[in-house]
Amino acid sequence: MNENDIIERRACISGVGQSDIGRRLFRDPLELTLDGCLAAIEHAGLTTADIDGVSTYPGPMGTPAGFSGAGAYDVMDALRLNCGWYGSGLETSGQLGSVVNACLAVASGLATHVLCFRSVYEGSAQGEKGGRAAVMPGGGGGSFKASGFMEWHLPFSAPSAAIWIAMFAQRHFHRYGTTREQLAWIALNARRNAALNPNAIYRDPMSMDDYLAARMISSPFCLYDCDVPCDGATAVIVSRRDRAKDLRNPVLRVEAVGTRIDGRPSWDQFDDLSTMANRGAGKQLWERTEYKPADVQMAQLYDGFSFITMSWLEALGLCGIGESGPFIEGGTRIARDGQLPVNTHGGQLSAGRLHGYGFMHEGATQMWGQAGDRQIPTPPEVGIVAAGGGNTCGCFLLVRE
Amino acid sequence: MPEVQETAPPFRILPKLTDWNRDFWTGGARDELRFWRCQDCKFYIHPPQPLCPTCLSKNMKTEAVSGRATVATFSVNHQPWMPGPELPFIVAIVEIVEQPSVRLTTNIVNCAPDDARIDMPVRVVFEHHPDPDGDIYIPLFTPVAGTGE
Repeated sequence: MNENDIIERRACISGVGQSDIGRRLFRDPLELTLDGCLAAIEHAGLTTADIDGVSTYPGPMGTPAGFSGAGAYDVMDALRLNCGWYGSGLETSGQLGSVVNACLAVASGLATHVLCFRSVYEGSAQGEKGGRAAVMPGGGGGSFKASGFMEWHLPFSAPSAAIWIAMFAQRHFHRYGTTREQLAWIALNARRNAALNPNAIYRDPMSMDDYLAARMISSPFCLYDCDVPCDGATAVIVSRRDRAKDLRNPVLRVEAVGTRIDGRPSWDQFDDLSTMANRGAGKQLWERTEYKPADVQMAQLYDGFSFITMSWLEALGLCGIGESGPFIEGGTRIARDGQLPVNTHGGQLSAGRLHGYGFMHEGATQMWGQAGDRQIPTPPEVGIVAAGGGNTCGCFLLVRE
Repeated sequence: MPEVQETAPPFRILPKLTDWNRDFWTGGARDELRFWRCQDCKFYIHPPQPLCPTCLSKNMKTEAVSGRATVATFSVNHQPWMPGPELPFIVAIVEIVEQPSVRLTTNIVNCAPDDARIDMPVRVVFEHHPDPDGDIYIPLFTPVAGTGE
């Protein structure tokens, strides 16, 4: 592939920001969104006048409750932005597909600095109803009738991605002998890292005994394998790399992205249920760069459910196919001071379900050496950020210049 | 013996019937599990769509299959997401024997949670839900070998 064809390389991550984050803040979701956006713009060394693009996931959505705190238009209007390009959408390569789109927009010259954001208030919106987290659109009962893809899940009392992802995990367990004691290390590593992150939701120590004693949700997942709904907004600025002189932080080059899905875009019709759509995205990413998995010094890998992180480790070639269980066992390799630090902020399991963007925020923060108490001892020069599970996945290889 | 369970079923959110899905959701009235099938290349198509994904033919009709399937994976669900079957219950993805690429998310019934296994052979049973918009027969699956029956 010709280097000129890898146009995402013309883009860089130039700033990140977050609003207040909490289990239940009961704050106006647009206010949280704007707080996160303004923090990121300021962090990049820019002003609202410099922003000429907006990208978000998923755009305005009423259900599930709290799933979308604001759409692109909300932010464009509130900040009076003039945009050469903007967009949102659910059907893209994971939550960070919106950041991929921003990279393509700046690479094509449609925009120079794109404000990307993800805003959630699931903690507040779902808490009063008894914590019905992660129930996808269409739940209800009574005279309500299921249609669309939920037609094939709701009549079987399977409304949650917890169940759907658990079935991928069970297939992996069956095929490769993976165990709950291995899976646990995703949650235990996340909690260990969250202790050093003042913005994390759950920071109390967790032991293997705590994990194994937790109530089951959907086998093989217990409570601690499921991320925690929260309120908060995360924003990321994507800039043209040739405008680095205008920017405050060292350039984080978007070396390559992965967006491919091979196989049916479905939760239950996907051909090999021990893998996910991320296998295509991971493969594509390495086809677009000379770097190799052994060069990766940090991996921020989506953990909406713990198993998804294991799936990403395999899909990205950071361990062998089927070998993620032994790879994470004991939690040494993936520790903050291990050979491949993973989810150094605590992931969504302990730092809150900021839904994909938290991993980009953490990856960039670590690579800039701005992570405070939880900083990886040597700030990584080459890092992976990946988000999404099941039929929706996208990934980034970032290089600090 | 008809394969329709006539005991009071648990609460279920029922599907909205359309011309595309009616045979699937009502076939249980005749003890039939029905899928769309391309009449040109004989490919079974699920979920329903307006043409065959293999040969792009629109020459399709629904046909009954044997109702035999294999468990591709499962999860024992303990969480009360919404009203439904007694907890814990088994959610599974099964593959029909005629064409394993046709999968159904479903429940395994008449099976103790500890007895559920990947690759377990199962057969369809229908759960009848009377409804003013048209009775629904939800296809659930039960172990063939009689585990827990």
